[in-house]
Amino acid sequence: MNRRTLLGATAATAILAATGAFAAAHGPLKVGFIYVGPVGDGGWTYEHDQARQKLLAHFGDKIETVYQESVPEGADAERVMTQMALSGVKLIFTTSFGYMDPTINVAAKFPDVKFEHATGYKTADNVAVYSARFYEGRAIQGHIAGRMTKTNKIGYIASFPIPEVIRGINSAFIHAKKANPDVQFNVIWAYTWFDPAKEADAAKALIEQGADVILQHTDSTAPQAAAQAAGNVITFGQASDMGEYAPSPRVSSIIDNWAPYYIARTQAVIDGTWQSANTWDGIGAGMVGIGEITDAVHEDVKAEALALKDSIASGAYHPFTGPLNKQDGSAWLAEGEVADDGTLAGMDFYVEGVTGTIPN
Amino acid sequence: MNLGAIDPVLLIASLMVAATPIILAALGELVVEKSGVLNLGVEGMMITGAICGFAVAVETGSPVLGFVLAAMGGAALALIFALLTQYLLSNQVATGLALTLFGLGISAMIGQAYRGVKPPATAKLNLGPLGDIPVLGRMVFSHDWVVYFALVLVAGVWAFLKYTRGGLILRAVGENHDAAHALGYKVVRIRLAAIAFGGACAGMGGAYVSLVRVPQWTDGMTAGAGWIALAIVVFASWRAGRVLLGAYLFGGISVLQLNLQAAGVPVPVEILSMSPFVVTIIVLVFISARQKGAAVAPAALGRIFHASS
Amino acid sequence: MSVIRLERRAAPSRFWSVATPILAVALTMIAGGVMFALLGKDPVAAIRTIFWDPLFNTQFAAYSRPQLLVKAGPLILIAIGLSLGFRAGVWNIGAEGQYIIGAICGAAVGLAFYPADLWIVFPLMVIAGALGGWAWAMIPGLLRTRFNTNEILVSLLLVYVAEQILASMALGLLRNPEGGGFPGSRNLQQYAAASNPELIAGTGMHWGVVAAFIAVIFAYVLLTRHITGFHIRLAGQSPRAARFAGVNPARLVLLCLGVSGALAGMAGLFEVTGPAGQISIDFNVGYGFTAIIVAFLGRLHPVGILLAGLLMALTYIGGELAQFMLGLPAAAIQAFQGMLLFFLLAVDVMTNYRIRFGRGAAT
Repeated sequence: MNRRTLLGATAATAILAATGAFAAAHGPLKVGFIYVGPVGDGGWTYEHDQARQKLLAHFGDKIETVYQESVPEGADAERVMTQMALSGVKLIFTTSFGYMDPTINVAAKFPDVKFEHATGYKTADNVAVYSARFYEGRAIQGHIAGRMTKTNKIGYIASFPIPEVIRGINSAFIHAKKANPDVQFNVIWAYTWFDPAKEADAAKALIEQGADVILQHTDSTAPQAAAQAAGNVITFGQASDMGEYAPSPRVSSIIDNWAPYYIARTQAVIDGTWQSANTWDGIGAGMVGIGEITDAVHEDVKAEALALKDSIASGAYHPFTGPLNKQDGSAWLAEGEVADDGTLAGMDFYVEGVTGTIPN
Repeated sequence: MNLGAIDPVLLIASLMVAATPIILAALGELVVEKSGVLNLGVEGMMITGAICGFAVAVETGSPVLGFVLAAMGGAALALIFALLTQYLLSNQVATGLALTLFGLGISAMIGQAYRGVKPPATAKLNLGPLGDIPVLGRMVFSHDWVVYFALVLVAGVWAFLKYTRGGLILRAVGENHDAAHALGYKVVRIRLAAIAFGGACAGMGGAYVSLVRVPQWTDGMTAGAGWIALAIVVFASWRAGRVLLGAYLFGGISVLQLNLQAAGVPVPVEILSMSPFVVTIIVLVFISARQKGAAVAPAALGRIFHASS
Repeated sequence: MSVIRLERRAAPSRFWSVATPILAVALTMIAGGVMFALLGKDPVAAIRTIFWDPLFNTQFAAYSRPQLLVKAGPLILIAIGLSLGFRAGVWNIGAEGQYIIGAICGAAVGLAFYPADLWIVFPLMVIAGALGGWAWAMIPGLLRTRFNTNEILVSLLLVYVAEQILASMALGLLRNPEGGGFPGSRNLQQYAAASNPELIAGTGMHWGVVAAFIAVIFAYVLLTRHITGFHIRLAGQSPRAARFAGVNPARLVLLCLGVSGALAGMAGLFEVTGPAGQISIDFNVGYGFTAIIVAFLGRLHPVGILLAGLLMALTYIGGELAQFMLGLPAAAIQAFQGMLLFFLLAVDVMTNYRIRFGRGAAT
């Protein structure tokens, strides 16, 4: 590094620090949100924005919120975060996995700004990470699916083969299998985050091949509509409740509920007690909501599902409890052993009994 | 692997539905390009049609009215393009791309009030005894009216271009606008009509996505179908019948690859996912290699027309 | 017969070629202001945030201004390449795909060397990126010259194929082995030998921006001083005349596609090693498509493209500011950008035509 670049770098840092300090001096706490999709996506981003609105309702004029939609992961994210921090935002939620490195980079430049990164694993003094144990909800779906299926074929629409999605498939499969040993999973990898028409086609393909339960890890209601058109097929809402398809085909749902976490973390910043943390909450903490189980589900099954939900919520039962083998038959968890969070976080294998291979 | 689980009858029924929005949008664009105008804004017109149709269907409870308004919405957007390219002589490629940007933005703004709403269902057409024919009934005669409308439109556009005087004039304008102008044809007005027709078709195609295929409203939900429609027009070598072929080929492989995945065929998912695009290219290479140098695109495509006298 | 007529100018008006962009921006401010007012926002504040704040706001312009270069760099680099083809009537609509493949090839070379700290790594990556983009563009090129297959269709569809390859690479071959099973490659910003950092801190200048400027100069010289540039222009204006002048059409197609592919590939490589940092499932953000607009807004002229790229970058960055400062929806910004483009394209008519009022005597 020559002298000139060194001087330039110092000057830039000084400007950043000065403006940051200036903006902090007065006014309500500004909280920023970076969204990967439009708030109208009806799924992932929609729920984060719902939580933002609840946060605003909770704190009233003690805080201000700002947000930015459809921010591409990478260079653009870094710029948007920096500009937010420069404009005086003191707490920034970055709500997609791909914002991980940009968040860490920007956080290093703004030590007084707190960052909260969703679904990542890199932390720093001013960067916390948070994620939801959606697989807990998948266990309940799996149980209902296993008990409800008549064809013993369950269709699963997956997005990309990342640990989050694989975990969901495994959790649902384990509990479907417990409820019904003959159950079989057919997985379609849509290889897209967002293409409602493709999701509709995927659901149709699964239904036409005999599936009478459709689980989805994609956010549109297209599979719900396909199931309704087919009749005799049940589905579960994903990300949001999708209540417009209740009581059938949608018999229950997993709802992302980020509001309690956002409120708690904002409160911590206001109180000056905020600390970096790695939060992975589930049903118990209210981060994963289970939408109403409708009357289309038989009373006994509903009772079992609710009991399962309670035991997961209380911590009495962990959805990944041994004995469990990996797909290739090798031992994974011994009798009574519970999966550790590290393995779960990076899960890249199917459990025994799931057919097909994970791409790559 | 369980290939037996794939029912070819259902597969064809599905592909007819999957291909419908592309057929509609591609047919519209075909007429536009036949008149010598290249409108790359199909995606923008589709998404605008999708929200216009959705909003009207929800408000009035009538999907048919939704489709009508979707056509009008698409045409209205297309007229912006027409104004710019025909009267203000702007570059068609850039204007079309700007139209897509504008359409995506406007539709998302209109759509804010329609998130999470379920539209009224578009009923299956009851074709009476035809629907009861074994195999064919389920495969071909069990769809909603728009599927048949699209097929009728293919035949209509084909006949119009091939047999009518209007079609002849349209093609003449697209091949050589100066000559057509010299013969006294109103080049700009003819192109205006073609562009509006293209917008209306794209709008209906978009509404088919938001009202039938998905059915819901989410921002940007056409997810690139407009671009596929553009590709299909080229694939079809600017012939209406081939649009049908191209859309069915593309839609068919898209549906088939999902079915193969569901059946557990041991082919990498990446390969299956890219197959609709790759197969379309390969088929086009075979077609174009056979044609040997015949210039098939309308000669005046994309060129600016200005009557100097 | 009409009341308003257009009369072609003998030569493009110098005055209007400068005045039209200004007029267009002014018109967009009015129309956009009306739209923002309808959305219940202060139109003056919105317009100021989009056009003024990124350049002169005391709080963050020091940061935003250099970002204009970061955002404009890839747009200009790609648009320069495309403009050569567009002038010659070669329609490469698939720069987005060439951008992706260039990034993948370049990153793959860099990651293959990891963690060797050799100076040669980055130059090799640039070459690999350019070759990757070039090779991807050669598919439509060869299919066009060998089988007369339409390059619009092939280059466009190959974008989707490239996106699938990108997803597959991010999830498989190029995945960070220390990334805990998550998709995405190692971050190249953190691998000094393969990174493309800011060359002078606080300026936004990285190798991609430098390459964009070089490309502008190179294209300018090529088009005005070199026989190939003449051939390109001739082929676009009159393919027949070009053949008589001894231009080999097949060679010209391959040249134009090859150059635009290589430049798009390099843009991808500079982006993945610099601002973006890593190969991820959706690393591409549409530069390849936006560059088509930039090329035409710049009237396919190198200097015009430079200015158009900077203007587009300004609306992106100003639009971002308007979103979070004023709570404008992203959709409104998109519509606003569309309007700006409409006006720019519409008023451009003044450059080449004179507007005459009243009935023409000759008709």
